[in-house]
Amino acid sequence: MNNNQPKPFFSVDWTVIAIFIALCLFGWLNIHASVYNPEKPGIFNLSTHYGKQFFFIITAFILGTVILLLDGQFLNAISPIIYGITMFLLVLVPIIGKSVAGNQAWIAIGPFTLQPSEFAKFPTCLLLARYLGMDQVKIQDLKTKIIAGIIIFIPIALVMLQPDTGSALTFTSLIIVLFREGLSGYFLFLEGLLIFLFILTLLYGKLILTVTLALLSGLLAYINRKNKKITATVALTLFISIAFVFSVDFAYKNVLKEHQRDRIDVILGKVNDPRGEEYNVNQSKIAIGSGGLWGKGYLQGTQTKYDFVPEQSTDFIFCTVGEEWGFAGCFVVISLYIFLLIRIINIAERQRSSFKRIYGYGVASFIFFHFFINIGMTIGLVPVIGIPLPFMSYGGSSLWSFTILLFILIKLDSNRIGTTNT
Amino acid sequence: MNRFFERKFIVQGIFIIISLILLSRLFYIQIITDKYVLSANNNVLRKLIIYPARGTILDRKEKALVQNEPVYDLMVIPNKVKPFDTLQFCNLIEIDQAGFNKRFTKAKKYSPYKASLFEKQLSVQLYASFQEKLFEFPGFFVQNRTIRSYPDSTAAQFLGYVGEVNDRTIVQSNGFYHQGDYIGISGVEKSYETLLRGQRGVQNIMVDALGRPKGAFANGKYDTVAVSGERLISSLDKDLQKFGEKLMQNKIGSIVAIEPSSGEILAFVSSPTYDPNLLVGRKRGYNYTKLLSNPNKPMFIRPIQAEYPPGSVFKVINALVAQQLRAIDSNTVFYCSGGYFYGPNGSKKMGCTHRHGALNLRQAIAQSCNTYFGYTYNRMIDHAGMRPVNAYQHWWQEVSEFGIGSKLGIDLPNERKGRLPTSDLYTKRWGSDRWGSGFNISLSIGQGELGITPLQMANVMAIVANRGFFYKPHLIKAIGEKHIVKDEYTKKNMVHIDPSYFNIVIEGMDDVVNSPGGTAIYSKIPGIDMCGKTGTVENSQGKDHSVFFAFAPRVNPKIAIVVVVENAGFGATWSAPIASVMVEKYLKNTISRPPGYLDRLFLANLLPPTHVKTSAVVPQKGEIVKSSSDIASKSSSSIQKQHEAIKKANAQSVVK
Repeated sequence: MNNNQPKPFFSVDWTVIAIFIALCLFGWLNIHASVYNPEKPGIFNLSTHYGKQFFFIITAFILGTVILLLDGQFLNAISPIIYGITMFLLVLVPIIGKSVAGNQAWIAIGPFTLQPSEFAKFPTCLLLARYLGMDQVKIQDLKTKIIAGIIIFIPIALVMLQPDTGSALTFTSLIIVLFREGLSGYFLFLEGLLIFLFILTLLYGKLILTVTLALLSGLLAYINRKNKKITATVALTLFISIAFVFSVDFAYKNVLKEHQRDRIDVILGKVNDPRGEEYNVNQSKIAIGSGGLWGKGYLQGTQTKYDFVPEQSTDFIFCTVGEEWGFAGCFVVISLYIFLLIRIINIAERQRSSFKRIYGYGVASFIFFHFFINIGMTIGLVPVIGIPLPFMSYGGSSLWSFTILLFILIKLDSNRIGTTNT
Repeated sequence: MNRFFERKFIVQGIFIIISLILLSRLFYIQIITDKYVLSANNNVLRKLIIYPARGTILDRKEKALVQNEPVYDLMVIPNKVKPFDTLQFCNLIEIDQAGFNKRFTKAKKYSPYKASLFEKQLSVQLYASFQEKLFEFPGFFVQNRTIRSYPDSTAAQFLGYVGEVNDRTIVQSNGFYHQGDYIGISGVEKSYETLLRGQRGVQNIMVDALGRPKGAFANGKYDTVAVSGERLISSLDKDLQKFGEKLMQNKIGSIVAIEPSSGEILAFVSSPTYDPNLLVGRKRGYNYTKLLSNPNKPMFIRPIQAEYPPGSVFKVINALVAQQLRAIDSNTVFYCSGGYFYGPNGSKKMGCTHRHGALNLRQAIAQSCNTYFGYTYNRMIDHAGMRPVNAYQHWWQEVSEFGIGSKLGIDLPNERKGRLPTSDLYTKRWGSDRWGSGFNISLSIGQGELGITPLQMANVMAIVANRGFFYKPHLIKAIGEKHIVKDEYTKKNMVHIDPSYFNIVIEGMDDVVNSPGGTAIYSKIPGIDMCGKTGTVENSQGKDHSVFFAFAPRVNPKIAIVVVVENAGFGATWSAPIASVMVEKYLKNTISRPPGYLDRLFLANLLPPTHVKTSAVVPQKGEIVKSSSDIASKSSSSIQKQHEAIKKANAQSVVK
């Protein structure tokens, strides 16, 4: 077929791999710092988080290498099977799962616990890419929208059942993929609007919001009364908005659990409770904020070292970066992520096959969502949704899942020269 | 080129914008605002206050009057507290649930993040049992402190007491005092506060989220050590003081004994007294209120605050002043027909105890003849070759040199100056300055508008003993390791009475005690030549006060003493015997009196029936505290400067 095929590493994107390795290792350094105990040194001690993470990183490297060695051609074809198996496993989780922090999202395998919701990411990406990449499929068609929606919605629903709201929300990031494939900007606008309305509903209540929305829409419709298309869009948006406001209100009051409501209340400033949920965010901000420009130095972070920050090696790993490496360190980390994301988009765009391109966008969407929400929550910009920072947070499931996600893209990309597949 | 390719830029643009939002937020919290740095330090930094040991106070033989005893303040950081068994906790530190809630709310209100005092001064015994359980109560910790302890429970009014500093003083101290610090509130504790308090130290340690110590902050760079307060050596003789307190039990009054050659106060008894240990520890507030409401006013520092008309002891001053003003000399004789007659045609009479007949100055003192001193005063005022009002001013000037009517400046707060009426007072009272000796004749025998504190009386005795000079009476004779003596205590204060005029007065005082006709012959000390003068102070509100002052021995005097027993009648009956055993105790350290002599003094109960007001000026409740703070604000700066210099001097000596 083509000459490069026997040399699997010849055409891989080394830039992406270098960033991947940098993030893994820097994450591991920070995990070491956050749980560092001067009385029990030892980097490879498997009873510690950093010892375990070292093992996870090594296995992630092996996993990545294995993916590069495999033949990527069949991925498109078997994506429905992978998706199907994964969804089946997700169904099993609530039945055989083990409860960690109120979420029944973990399955114990030997000494390790796996979080299957993490592993639902790449199959969803693959199937979505396969479907949207098909010749006759156009996102402008209602049917396409519905099918794409179903592909995304099934894992959301299943992860919600566990219940793991944070992980479920990550799948909404795939709207970026749909947007790139031609979904009207209106939907991107709609998603932004809905997030905005979500917050306003919780802040001001459904009645005031409904009235305000109706008045605004009326005004807009009146101004554009000559243009029927705009009037119709406004009417539709109003209908969706009001329906959404009411359902958010209902969900907030009846579906959400107490601690979830608390988290949202804290971020909205509705409650002032430094001892409760706000404590975490506050301590996290203190840790990062006290880092200054250059940070306190490696292993010198008092806030993280002395356990003021909760979940400091997993969801709040960025606190250690902020405290010990300062703004400079944060700047480097954020730059690495943004460089990686832009690189992934460029990789996706250079593919000749839609399947690969769409898959690439899916990878970028997931990494971006995790990156934004995770760092945003540590500095108090977004509510505390317990999702890890890709490649850096402690945890095998997250690391392996993102490794698989990324290395499939690298593999697909390395095959791009001289081959086409549809 | 596929469709919608340009949307790549929109997606990448979104990524970059989000990153910029994150970075600008980070820039704000990490670089712009320092709020988080402060919070971070607040989280990990615990300032442990190292309280300095307060200076101890010794007696003149360097035996301890005040020591320090360890206690434990229980502190709490409210936001570190986790749910625990409050019932067990309350039982351990002996408080009830309501008290617990009150304290906890208060601490929380002060600050949820900072340590505040929860319960103060747990005793060593209480702490021992509490300590084992302390780990069950996260958020609580103890801080070592020391409190005062008085091994002999003596000299309460001299030593005074310490208490927590109040808000006003904290503000005025420019950051020296902090909430919960101790400060001298009365007595020596107050007047020597700047020397006794020492310098507190601060230890900065880091703690983890559970409040467990994790080592020094910045390697102790910001730590300071505590410097103990200076040791004070008092002039008091502890044995004499205790003996005096025992003699004065169940009596109201004072004993002040001074070493004439130095001005050092040997005994400073204020009766009724109280155990100074009552004003220490957790029961302090309760005891304080109880002492304040005691009708016999144990907190009243009688030796420097009670002002009495001195009665006959004042004749000693008049005898000296009259000689100096050339009104009489040692041979002047007056005839006593049982009283001094004055006023228009001799229509008014100042009675005398006896018809003494003709007598000279020495006899007049020995027998305390009122008539003699009536004539003497008449000569000083009316026959001085000037208008009586001017003559009175001369007399006033001479008398005031004895320290009457002004503060002697003892090293205790709240000294009263007494009363020596000026000529203006009488001019105002009589509506013109055409008045003479007949208008205030009772001054001749120490009655009337005069007010003299026991300390002032004792000082007069020291002047007589020294034949014309005195050293400022004081209670602290040396400060610190180097035994520094304040300059003011080595300065001779001269009284402008010719030394030769003292002889005849001393002769008369010798007779008072040692000659068969003397008023205090019953108080003669075997083998010691004591010279004294009795006094009986008229008391319009009850039984007369008994007064006696003396010095001994006549040659080379070692002690000058005054004893005032309120409502005890004649000076010879109670005050003189008490003074005589005090003098004997001090000079010989044994008492050689007939059997029963001491017991009579020890056992006498001369307390007035309750609700009888004493004639001495007794401040109302709370006045002590109020006036003390006034004095502090007026004179503290100069005292502080002086104390600073002393501290420096002592520090240098240590270095050498």
